[in-house]
Amino acid sequence: MMRADLEMVARWITSGSRVLDLGCGDGFLLSRLRQTKQVHGFGIEIEPDQVVAAIANGVNVLQMNLETGLSGFDDNSFDTVILSQTLQAMHHTESLLREMLRVGHEGIVTFPNFGYWKNRWQVLWGLMPKSADMPYEWYNTPNVHLCTLRDFEDLCDLIGAQVMERCVIDVQGQPVSLWPNFMGSLAIYRIRPKA
Amino acid sequence: MHFDAPLDLDSGARLEQYDLVYETYGQLNAEHSNAILICHALSGHHHVAGTYEGEPRSAGWWDNMVGPGKPVDTRRFFVVGVNNPGGCNGSTGPSSLDPATGKPYGSRFPFMTVRDWVRAQARLADHLGIHRFAAVMGGSLGGMQAMQWAMTYPDRLGHALVIAAAPSLSAQNIGFNEVARQAITTDPDFYQGDYQAHGKLPERGLRLARMLGHITYLSDDAMMEKFGRELLKQKPAFSLDVEFEIESYLRYQGDKFSQRFDANTYLIMTKALDYFDPASETEGSLSAAMARAKAGFLVVSFTSDWRFSPSRSREIVKALLDNGLNVSYSEIDSSQGHDAFLMENGHYFAVIRSYLDRVASEVGA
Repeated sequence: MMRADLEMVARWITSGSRVLDLGCGDGFLLSRLRQTKQVHGFGIEIEPDQVVAAIANGVNVLQMNLETGLSGFDDNSFDTVILSQTLQAMHHTESLLREMLRVGHEGIVTFPNFGYWKNRWQVLWGLMPKSADMPYEWYNTPNVHLCTLRDFEDLCDLIGAQVMERCVIDVQGQPVSLWPNFMGSLAIYRIRPKA
Repeated sequence: MHFDAPLDLDSGARLEQYDLVYETYGQLNAEHSNAILICHALSGHHHVAGTYEGEPRSAGWWDNMVGPGKPVDTRRFFVVGVNNPGGCNGSTGPSSLDPATGKPYGSRFPFMTVRDWVRAQARLADHLGIHRFAAVMGGSLGGMQAMQWAMTYPDRLGHALVIAAAPSLSAQNIGFNEVARQAITTDPDFYQGDYQAHGKLPERGLRLARMLGHITYLSDDAMMEKFGRELLKQKPAFSLDVEFEIESYLRYQGDKFSQRFDANTYLIMTKALDYFDPASETEGSLSAAMARAKAGFLVVSFTSDWRFSPSRSREIVKALLDNGLNVSYSEIDSSQGHDAFLMENGHYFAVIRSYLDRVASEVGA
């Protein structure tokens, strides 16, 4: 069983391409992409236990800190750079997105939509939102840069990224077309540098 | 194991004949596919793991890493440890008798390079019936040999495990080596390397060299943690006798080493470290130097290692990425400095274990 957003991500990956997964965790996505799409993949992960798990899963994993950038990687050295549910926990969000589009021809970014109605509802009632995608208390959350679909698209504009495709899903993993910034809990963007 | 065929060396010199002493652990499988070569560092040798019968204190230098059920599991792998030529633990080296003269080689023993060692190791592999190692691994100077294997014999290994290594020594590192060499060569008992002929050993020099080495292999934090400013006695004695714990430790380590190790071997090993620089043969490009490599790589560094720092390991990773090779890299959090590669550490051992699990399943071990 694959996380719904990962299912979408996999659809946008070309067979046999070079893929860099930022914050790859135990390498689940890369290992799936290798089996189903024969990609040549690398993951970056900082948590020691996850690095061990990724190695065990047969994935190329590099233990590095994303906050210090991707300086070890050449321009356009990957076809696709993936940032799956990691954006919201990054301190240097803007520079990382720029780095993604320097290193990769395309980027795929997934994040929990702070504009989802259940989140808005909780804020309306005077509470910080908690959900399946953001299961933390305000005082122990690793998420420091939460955003909505509109916020993210504004940032894309600022850094010269063009949104190629967007998919928004609800908590059941079903695509949302009506009022996505309100009805969707998770956003998946496919971006590339503007021509 | 005696080799009659001469070994032509990078220096242009030639070793007409030589012995290599080696140990093996575990069983070579029917396909000869489960062999792992362990390359030793500056002061290591062929006795990697286990203890000799009746000698409980004779544990191998990497006994925590290699053995039944250990990260390099000898129940699955056939592990080979070899003492490199130029060494002083049984393989032909400066303290061996030169068959041409019947006297110790001493100063006449040729300088060796990492590549010379790798060539000698490949001959040993031929003899053992190992065409292709499942993995070649080593730490520090041993890691450089694993890298060299991937460049010199790309088809003869599946994986290279390069631990606490560097693509070349920094000027600072060469500087440390030079101070160590000067300590040895300026010892009045050195006799230009022919001390054996004079019935002497430059123990004072070798002792100083080792003391300096020990300081640089540890981190400031690790030393402070281990020794602090503890005095052996309660009050300062205002004398030059051993007073601080760290002094006692260094003197002890220096004494022990100078009694077991050969000074000329120390010179040869440090020179081999200094000379290692594969990128120098490809106009400074490590990526170009690694272009022939085909192995999968595991590169490991330690956060507090300032002699072979993580940034140097990342240079290796970069060169491998440039060549589209499979590589995993782990930066182990440790306060133990360069010595960390010899110490037990949960994350470090888990990384090696899970990587070698993969290797084992590939080769059917």
